[in-house]
Amino acid sequence: MKLTTKLLAATAIMSASAVSAVELEVTHWWTSGGEAAAVGKFADAWNATGNTWVDGAIAGSGGTARPIIISRILGGDPMAATQLNHGRQAEELIEAGMMLDLTDVAEAGGWTDIVNPSSLLDSCTLDGKIYCVPVNIHSAQWLWLSHDAYEKAGLDVPADWNEFVASAAALDAAGVVPLAMGQQGWQQNLAFGAITIAVAGLDAWRDVTVNKNADTARGPEYTAVFEAVANARELARDSNVQDWNQATNMVITGMAGAQLMGDWAQGEFSVAGQIEGQDYSCLPGLGLNAILDTGGDAFYFPVNDDPEITAAQKELAALLISPEVQVSFNLAKGSLPVRGDIDMAAANGCMQKGLGILADGGILPSGDQSLSADTQTQIEDLMAEFWSGDMPAADAQARYADLIASAD
Amino acid sequence: MSVVEDGTLKSPKRPMRLFRNPMAKLASIPMILTAVVVFMGGTLWTVVYSFTGSRLLPKLNWVGLDQYERLWDTPRWLISISNLALYGACSLVLTLTIGFFLAALLDRKIRFESAFRTIFLYPFALSFVVTGIAWQWILNPDFGMESLVQGWGWESFRFDPLNDPDTVMFGLLIAGIWQGSGLIMCIMLAGLRGIDEDIWKAARVDGIGTVKTYIRIIIPMMRPVFVTALVLIASGIIKLYDLVVAQTNGGPGISSEVPAKYVIEYMFRAQNLGQGFAASTMMLVSVIIILIPWAYLEFGGKKNA
Repeated sequence: MKLTTKLLAATAIMSASAVSAVELEVTHWWTSGGEAAAVGKFADAWNATGNTWVDGAIAGSGGTARPIIISRILGGDPMAATQLNHGRQAEELIEAGMMLDLTDVAEAGGWTDIVNPSSLLDSCTLDGKIYCVPVNIHSAQWLWLSHDAYEKAGLDVPADWNEFVASAAALDAAGVVPLAMGQQGWQQNLAFGAITIAVAGLDAWRDVTVNKNADTARGPEYTAVFEAVANARELARDSNVQDWNQATNMVITGMAGAQLMGDWAQGEFSVAGQIEGQDYSCLPGLGLNAILDTGGDAFYFPVNDDPEITAAQKELAALLISPEVQVSFNLAKGSLPVRGDIDMAAANGCMQKGLGILADGGILPSGDQSLSADTQTQIEDLMAEFWSGDMPAADAQARYADLIASAD
Repeated sequence: MSVVEDGTLKSPKRPMRLFRNPMAKLASIPMILTAVVVFMGGTLWTVVYSFTGSRLLPKLNWVGLDQYERLWDTPRWLISISNLALYGACSLVLTLTIGFFLAALLDRKIRFESAFRTIFLYPFALSFVVTGIAWQWILNPDFGMESLVQGWGWESFRFDPLNDPDTVMFGLLIAGIWQGSGLIMCIMLAGLRGIDEDIWKAARVDGIGTVKTYIRIIIPMMRPVFVTALVLIASGIIKLYDLVVAQTNGGPGISSEVPAKYVIEYMFRAQNLGQGFAASTMMLVSVIIILIPWAYLEFGGKKNA
């Protein structure tokens, strides 16, 4: 017994002296080329402080990675830091006291003053305490257009969604699929959300998504939305790819006229060597409403018993939002930075458009911030069913309104 | 046997039944504990929490039958159930038929029997994920079977089951049967080899045809083998999940969803444990509904016989 104690003490001393630099394991699901490059910027910055970044990338989308991350935290094997989408995904974990309170770091860094839009910080806040670091902003309301496809059809590239719908017949006649759409629920839900904001406008959207008013969801604004989505469904009828980047590739190669996808599609165009305004165009808010949602990624720090790690976690939290790291990370990721006080001159045309909208305050909370994962999944299921079949617009609207009525 | 036992246990006080073969009982304690605590306990826990409004974390806030009402109001669940029923019925009949047919062919003492046996059994060595992805490629109209046949000159050939909501379950069925019938064939073959040669000789002496011998004599004799095969196939059907995830991921739309996928996605992606538990409880109930009458017929009937 004594020997064991001595050995343990010796081990403790040795490990204490060996770990002058703290190793932090960080889990995330950024595994595509551009994403991996972006997360590398975080790792480089952290390693430069003399600590060690242990990369815990989880392949697959957030839907695959989140359950793994959450079950590790619940199972008592927490990582030092993890990516999650800010919003309601970690709500219950925070309530259960499993996430580190970052309020002191936030106060020291003056986060309330620098984070723009402030709603990002709000969704990290519970009962006045801050539990996560927002690192970037992704918006979903973008229409990506192929100049190549419009050349084939002999038309000018549309300037908004309505012009695009009007040009669809000509695209079809030229043998181009008007709208590229991956056959996955989240993409169809994203397209639905983007069309909603363009067609129904901000007020109706806010009333339904934020206030969960089912009457508005049954009303005429949303009837127009569902008819527009039913129309878009017909435009995307010949697009039978699955993944979003395959659909983006249809736009890049000119096989499809347009795609509704978030700003992360930008990365695919860059990798393909395409130039904005010359090979492709991007229309934030579908060219109708200069409004973007402000979903995105945030880092959470699960509670740890080791005070040394806790100190390092807070150090990392402050680093992730520091100006230099924000610039290098977001340029690589193609997303918008969370602070308004930094110079993003190196960003390309589409990002500049997004930054402009952000500066003008054309922002709204993302679905992740307003609706629970449960409701989101139900809406995604409905959208998957609606887009793949022949469900009438009125039926879909009625079912959507029911989901909103029971949403929490 | 009883003589030996009497010889060794001459002592006036026979030891209690409970303590006979203590080593064997000791060795089986872990398995008994696993069965009671993990299987039974886990099942009970799941059923109890299916009556709560648990979201990401299990909590005991009772909501009565709300989760079940919502479940049976959800189109995706109803589609999942009918898909599983369709897949189950077809898979059961076809796997048994094909498995037995292949086994009977191999049993006719053909040449290269072991080569054929290996070929038929090979798909079973693949996981459902690999099977699903392989068949997704084979059935892909752009570079799979359809384009191959069109390349041979049959331009109008259409075979695209996975992109049509009405036929997607048959696309899954093809892959499932391809994967599973090899194992059933092997079990059937073992059963056929267990049939006494004299039965065949007797049938031949009586002038009964080969097919008739199989149907009238051999199959009834193979009842235990069929039961084994049935249990294997049925358990494969109810847990159908990875094949769907790999091959169609529930698509197009939600037309190839299955109950197990609903359970997983509502438990983890939608972060609604209560709803997932309600769905898994319904799966358990449906298995019990099928199993109890069968078990009664299979085991309960023997006492009377």
